[in-house]
Amino acid sequence: MQTLNINGKLVEVRAEPDTPLLWVLRGELHLNGTKFDCGVALCGACTVHLDGEPVRSCVTPIADVGARKITTIEGLQGSEAAALNAAWIALDVVQCGYCQSGQLMSAAALLKKNPKPSDADIDAAMSGNICRCGTYPRIRAAIHRAANKKGV
Amino acid sequence: MKRRTFLLGSAGAAGALVVGWSLLPPRQRLTTAQPLAVRAGQVALNGWVKIAADNTVTVVMSKSEMGQGIYTGLAMLLAEELDADWAQVRIEQSPIDKIYNNLAMLVDGLPFHPDDDGTIKRVAGWLTEKTMREIGVMATGGSSGTKDLWLPMREAGASARAMLIGAAAEQWKLPKAECRAEAGRVAHASGKSASFGELVAFAGTQALPESVQLKDPAGFKILGRPLPRIEAASKLDGTAVFGIDVLPPGLLYASVGMCPTLGGRLARFDGAAAVKLPGVKKVIAVDAYNGGSGGVAVIADTPFHAMRALKEVSVEWDHGASAGVSSEDVYRRLAQTLDRESGFAYYSHGDVDAALKSAAKTVTAEYRAPYLAHAAMEPMNCTVQFKDGAATVWASTQVPGIARSAAAKVLGIEAQKVDVRVQLLGGGFGRRLEVDIVSQAAAIAREAGGAPVKTIWSREQDLAHDYYRPACVSRFKAGLDAAGNLTAWHNSSAGQAIVPQVLTRSFGLPGAGPDKTASEGAFDQPYEWANARIGHEIFDFPVPVGFWRSVGHSHQAFFKESFIDEVAHAAGKDPVAFRAALLARHPRHLRVLKRAAELSGWGQPLAPAADGAKRVRGIALHQSFGSVVAQVAEVSLSADKSIRVHRVVCVIDCGFPVNPNLIRQQMESGIVFGLSAALYQAIDIVKGQVQQSNYHDFQVLRMDACPVIETDIVPSTEHPEGVGEPGTPPIAPAVANALFALTGQRLRALPLKLA
Repeated sequence: MQTLNINGKLVEVRAEPDTPLLWVLRGELHLNGTKFDCGVALCGACTVHLDGEPVRSCVTPIADVGARKITTIEGLQGSEAAALNAAWIALDVVQCGYCQSGQLMSAAALLKKNPKPSDADIDAAMSGNICRCGTYPRIRAAIHRAANKKGV
Repeated sequence: MKRRTFLLGSAGAAGALVVGWSLLPPRQRLTTAQPLAVRAGQVALNGWVKIAADNTVTVVMSKSEMGQGIYTGLAMLLAEELDADWAQVRIEQSPIDKIYNNLAMLVDGLPFHPDDDGTIKRVAGWLTEKTMREIGVMATGGSSGTKDLWLPMREAGASARAMLIGAAAEQWKLPKAECRAEAGRVAHASGKSASFGELVAFAGTQALPESVQLKDPAGFKILGRPLPRIEAASKLDGTAVFGIDVLPPGLLYASVGMCPTLGGRLARFDGAAAVKLPGVKKVIAVDAYNGGSGGVAVIADTPFHAMRALKEVSVEWDHGASAGVSSEDVYRRLAQTLDRESGFAYYSHGDVDAALKSAAKTVTAEYRAPYLAHAAMEPMNCTVQFKDGAATVWASTQVPGIARSAAAKVLGIEAQKVDVRVQLLGGGFGRRLEVDIVSQAAAIAREAGGAPVKTIWSREQDLAHDYYRPACVSRFKAGLDAAGNLTAWHNSSAGQAIVPQVLTRSFGLPGAGPDKTASEGAFDQPYEWANARIGHEIFDFPVPVGFWRSVGHSHQAFFKESFIDEVAHAAGKDPVAFRAALLARHPRHLRVLKRAAELSGWGQPLAPAADGAKRVRGIALHQSFGSVVAQVAEVSLSADKSIRVHRVVCVIDCGFPVNPNLIRQQMESGIVFGLSAALYQAIDIVKGQVQQSNYHDFQVLRMDACPVIETDIVPSTEHPEGVGEPGTPPIAPAVANALFALTGQRLRALPLKLA
């Protein structure tokens, strides 16, 4: 048994220590907003935060998580998240939606660190997140919009 | 004409069933065989809409939502004619019923030129509609969703509105003609007013109207507005349920490892070590289904237990007939096929041989395109519970009816004993028109003692076991007169046919050519050639091929629009002016072409890229799925000679624009999807095995390479046409044409690679 701090709650999990965090979230805790795709940290669909840092949960064994605070899309809160959500809706970003949890987790971590990111900053922070539907232009615009609205 | 004579042959099995059928009245597409399920206080006014006492209007979705926005577009069709309050509109996936069968997709599949309006085409279209309503399939594909339901769902909305008005008039003892519906209420000039929720119980007792009057587009209040997609919020907080997310009680998980050789099977396996691992329930052999490969599956209590144990199963494969196939060999064999052209043509006009002989100048070229995988982000998965002789299937599928038949066949039960529950699709692009995963998941669930089992493929399995966009080789010969006018156009391409494979693996029918989808985009284009012959040769290989976003158009547009650019340059003419001269009697296409040129600043100087690199434009025009799209790409090279696309101007005429916001989204989507293929993607096969395994060697476009995309929609009140696919075909040739203008290198193979 291992205790994980997920979305502000301490949770006991049965999974073995080599189990990737993704599969604890999805397979044991049924927090299904975090998505599986490539399985090898190439697509970003499984992005969660560990102490606010974006990580790929598909290659993060729970043994490596320790006491760090895990935030998933279900627990993403705060002014950045609210501004991003509003911008995502206003610009109608999503299409199939499968990658969007990961996109939002990466975008929220970016805005937390860098409240006014440039296009180059967005490229650097978001290019690890694939979208097969091609929502990139709207994601870029929505991040700029959220950055401009936040705290105004 | 020759292209007409094979039509009856290609109608094949479907054609035979037409006999004895009569014309069905439109209202037969209104009500389902079994009444729709309703919750307390909810009434189904027909097979497409339910209204509840709380005023919510639930529109029934017979198409699958895979990102194309069909839930929103279809809800708008019905809500418009119902005069619903858009804020009260909800959506719900439909059951399987013949009223939901897709007619437009199959009519579009007939091998006719769009300009052909002859009797044979119209009769064939009519017969196909009538046939497919009865024996056809529920399907989301071919960019056909809105086109298919443009009238049926509006009629359903108008019919429900008439019943609500009828109920109000009867209760108020006022003439129906004096009552009107608006924004979820029925009102009368006397001041009487009632909400749909208040009226629906009584409205449900009204007879279905014999006929309904649809609105004139000038009176539309919902249609034509750029509304945001209806299911967006659920996709931002993790609550949206894709197929991979369903959680029936007692759920088990399966991981599958399939023979790496296409179509191969399991010879033997040893699961003794795997079955001792934590959580593992069973290790079983899995047969090859629907033209796919066989393998081994581990059933376990969690997805990770299944995945981990799969690595401990030792296997021996029976590689089968594909073991001798390599993609390099495929290209060579296709070229050889073109050397002995059969003369079969989809389009023939004038005397192309004589015109080539008398030409002042001829231009020849050979093009090719590789196999491609779909790589939808939600990995292939399906959940099946088989208990007490009945099954429930939870699937992200484009074809629920075929999925039901596939599961029933594997489980040896009647189709009526299978309940298919369609979930959101994490991308489809044509991959989810195939039901291999459904058959396989059913076979695995059969071994699970009544528990539901979710079978999930890895990305590696997905790329190695797709139904690929066929590789294709195409040859052109054009003739110009002394003034640089195009006098002859001879084109022949060769590739595998998709439809015969689909008929066999999905319907159990003998598959036979010809296959219009292989040549679409080559023969069915608007250019007015003085003399032309456009043919296609089918050569089959044991490689599973399928429908990949825009299908034949995906490669034929690259060939045709690149070569026309070559010919324009050979004629010393501007590529826009050269195309315009071939479209003199096609005002719709001409308008799209000229608009794209104007919005992109065609012919104007173009500022260099931020790093000072020269930036150049390229253009392409293509018609697919009823819509006409032109794109202008602005391209430069980085210091290390990698290709950069900065901006794409896209103009589309898709008939009446039901939702301009979603049309723009689909143009952005189609362009990014097409750019991924144009710049990076190929599936290579060596000894029957796909060489690419994940996103490192099957790359997709990422944020840092994504261009600015500007879409302009031509105003129109014509019948709506497709938008999910038509954005994809023009982008590869637009970029290739820009690269030629920039470097003088004519790239005739995909993906685009400069020397």
